[in-house]
Amino acid sequence: MITQRMQQYFVQAGFNVATGPEVESDYYNFEALNIPSHHPARAMHDTFYFDAHYLLRTHTSPVQIRTMEKNKPPIRIICPGRVYRNDSDQTHSPMFHQLEGLMVTESSTFAELKGLISEFLEAFFAKELTVRFRPSFFPFTEPSAEVDILDDNGKWLEVMGCGMVHPQVLTNCGIDSEKYTGFAFGMGIERFAMLYYGIDDLRLFFQNDVRFLKQFG
Amino acid sequence: MKISEQWLRQWVNPNNTSEQLAEQLTMAGLEIDDRFAVARSFTGVVIGEVVSAAPHPDADKLRVTQVDIGESEPLQIVCGAPNVRVGMKAPVATVGAVLPSDDKEGFKIKKSKLRGVDSNGMLCGASEIDLVDSIDGLLELPEDALIGTDIRDYLGLDNQILDISITPNRGDCFSVRGIAREISVINDLPMQQPKIAADDVVTESGASFAVNVEAMEACPRYLLQSISNIDRSIDTPKWMADALVQSGLRSHNFLVDVTNYVLMELGQPLHAFDADTIKGDIVVRLAQPKETLTLLNEQIITLTGDELVIADDEGVLALAGIMGGKRSSVTDSTTNIVLESAFFNPLAIAARARRFGLHTDASQRFERGVDFELPEVALARACDLITSVTGSQAGQVVKAESIENLPARAPITLPIPKVRDVIGIEIEPAVMVRILTQLGFAVEQQADSLICTPPSYRFDISILEDLIEEIARIYGYDNIPSVLPHLQVSMDYDDTADLTHEMKLALVDNGYMEAISFSFSDAKLETLLDDEALGEVLALANPISSDLAVMRRTLLSSLLPCVQYNLNRQQSRVRFFETGLSFVGQSISDLVQTPSIALVTVGDVWDEQAYQNRALDFYDLKHDIEQLLPAQIDRARVRYERSALAFLHPGQSAKLYIDETYVGWLGQLHPSTAKQLDMPATWVAQLSLAPLLDLAREQHTITTPSKFPQVRRDIAILVDSDISLQMLESTIRTAAGTLLTDLWLFDVYQGDKVPMGQRSLAFALVWQDNTQTLSDEVVKAITDKVIESLVQQHNAQLRDS
Repeated sequence: MITQRMQQYFVQAGFNVATGPEVESDYYNFEALNIPSHHPARAMHDTFYFDAHYLLRTHTSPVQIRTMEKNKPPIRIICPGRVYRNDSDQTHSPMFHQLEGLMVTESSTFAELKGLISEFLEAFFAKELTVRFRPSFFPFTEPSAEVDILDDNGKWLEVMGCGMVHPQVLTNCGIDSEKYTGFAFGMGIERFAMLYYGIDDLRLFFQNDVRFLKQFG
Repeated sequence: MKISEQWLRQWVNPNNTSEQLAEQLTMAGLEIDDRFAVARSFTGVVIGEVVSAAPHPDADKLRVTQVDIGESEPLQIVCGAPNVRVGMKAPVATVGAVLPSDDKEGFKIKKSKLRGVDSNGMLCGASEIDLVDSIDGLLELPEDALIGTDIRDYLGLDNQILDISITPNRGDCFSVRGIAREISVINDLPMQQPKIAADDVVTESGASFAVNVEAMEACPRYLLQSISNIDRSIDTPKWMADALVQSGLRSHNFLVDVTNYVLMELGQPLHAFDADTIKGDIVVRLAQPKETLTLLNEQIITLTGDELVIADDEGVLALAGIMGGKRSSVTDSTTNIVLESAFFNPLAIAARARRFGLHTDASQRFERGVDFELPEVALARACDLITSVTGSQAGQVVKAESIENLPARAPITLPIPKVRDVIGIEIEPAVMVRILTQLGFAVEQQADSLICTPPSYRFDISILEDLIEEIARIYGYDNIPSVLPHLQVSMDYDDTADLTHEMKLALVDNGYMEAISFSFSDAKLETLLDDEALGEVLALANPISSDLAVMRRTLLSSLLPCVQYNLNRQQSRVRFFETGLSFVGQSISDLVQTPSIALVTVGDVWDEQAYQNRALDFYDLKHDIEQLLPAQIDRARVRYERSALAFLHPGQSAKLYIDETYVGWLGQLHPSTAKQLDMPATWVAQLSLAPLLDLAREQHTITTPSKFPQVRRDIAILVDSDISLQMLESTIRTAAGTLLTDLWLFDVYQGDKVPMGQRSLAFALVWQDNTQTLSDEVVKAITDKVIESLVQQHNAQLRDS
């Protein structure tokens, strides 16, 4: 339901929905995204492996790579789907859902990224929000930002990450990084659902208790 | 990384509050995870001097002390600390003081009697004022501590500790110097560096070592300096201990504290060897396979061969850039040391620490890159501190370096308009130059470009986008406007998500709930739901637990446990569907990941109600499945065949085809499988989404309804029970041709009035022509043709209707 709500916004903004495999190769999940094997950012991902080459995708970014390999810009896609991290507690689940987005054109800018994300957040939560973009680091975007919203208690809540697509990632997909610029963003769907409905235990989403599910009529 | 705000402000002191400083750093990409005072809040603790200490008349371990806290009369305090003695200065909690405690209340100090002797307050150890105890006893304060001073002021306990989350690209920020540099750039203020007295401390009397760096690529710069005759009785100066404690560290002994201090201050990891334990020359080389080393933490490791080590004639002394060894470690009796200050290549250190389960301050920094121009400065700083505090002698610096192996710092050309193209706003070139220069870049402006050479401490800058990011974050993301992208409308739209959503809604309308279960399942369950068609069970190499260890080949293997979960919670009617991939293949490389939709339903057709209810049957499931097909689909295209899937009931299951395309299976879970799962009669289905989507996307032609009347003819036949309805309908359609516009079964009878093994079926046939009214003769002729086919092909007997 939350996915649908998110999709609705982006589809109306001209984005297409793209999907892809969940058992992925190391190349699509890491290498193509500018995360070589020795990169410290790999430690940020607790990955489920099958062997040295295959793994369960840790984000839906491989779908972005596969789309850019196949299509010429302009590209506007969102990639919802299951992702996997080897971690489990009240706020971590070994499987959860992400929605990532990608826009590549001849004139995409960080200012546009800010505009789109700010408008999306206000549309999604259906209220005026104080949103801030905070510099951060992801190997596949530059400049990168984390997005926080101010909650009712005056605390900043981190809701998503985003940034301008790293030129190396464009090059890896055969897109001329001199000519095109792009931006990408990604968010946890359960995280948004928890904020939207005020649910505090992530595990409830995967227990499939009908007494819980019934409430989403 | 925890760091003292006070210490930072000694380097650069913008006119703002702690909160504002934290906000500035966060908005420059150095997120403040937490900010807190050095010690939690407490009141009423002052510095006192023990003026007398007498034995307690009734208790061996207690002393009755008189403590001067600067008031007219000393306080009588009963104390049990083993280190209490006359003349010592220590924190005193006076009557009325509230000390920190784990509950919110706080611990109140009252007048009391201890074994009959009055006690008016408490002498405190470190833990009582929210610091870490390094000894069992009172916290001894320096002799020059002023009696009566509030301890929070004296120890700077109200100062803030900033806990900064440093992203993997910013190795340069693991120090006061690094963070202070950022603060100075953000506020456009100069930075005050400490004065480092360098060469004047060197004497010839210090011992000297020969250094031989064999692994030049991994260690392009290696410096050693010996320091002799260190007086170990000298304590860490208060300013140094305070700086460490206010950065969340503990003060140990002076030598350890100096290396930690320089590490925190400048960001250079240093290592001290006990000079008297080193045999012969020092060699920097790669480990030999199977070589062992006992680390400082007593851990014995066996090296594989690609680790960089420091060794002497006897073997390995230290795991370079990660941790020292036990044999050459500095102990309480060490008076002669050799200090190491080096640049190790990040690639030579990365992942080696994790291999041995280690994560040290040194490895954390070397993995990300330490300023390669820093070793000499840091060594001089440490040497200056040690010699000036302890009066020891330093030897000559021994240096081995290979300039060509130091990281290259190539100039990067930044075309000025590119900044606007990426960020979306004009920034004055002068502002860009200011930002980059203050960050340490060498910047040269040429016509429309900036030529920028990164400083030695930045390992994350190699392309022009790196420079744009630096400009943007210091300029402030907040100062970049929000603009909406240009509208782009395309009819080339993938409607998969919309169509899938519609299918889900159709099932919801039929009482199903959407479940989301894990894509991995229990190997035991996967084996239970086996069939040749499903290939091999694919296992994860590092599963989180045994019940989430293999990939699901059908959605059932994770959905059925969800049904069990609910049955165990008194829910007797459960109807779930789920969409997701099924993972089928003989091996990982030929794996087929098919987007699928699965249904599971147990219990009656309806929730308990006043009207008659009944158990679900195959036709109910078939009905539900057909909700996923377009309503207007030509029924002739939908075909069911008997299924042979091992986990389904052989007589109550089918495979669904649309035209010649296999879509999926449906039926009752095999009773023996259900029994093993302790489940009642369970109806299950799984269909591939792709053929369903293709069907939904079909553009069907719209025909004008015929102007001529339609004619209905019913035929009732007696046939063998094992002839499927599907076959009979197919025969009728073939024989009837295009004039047949509708066909349905309206009666089924099996029982006393027909022979055993046969059944009576009644079909309605609707005839209509687009060009004329059908005459009775024509209708009779084609109906007869249909009957004849049924008789010939299926040995059907016409019954009187």
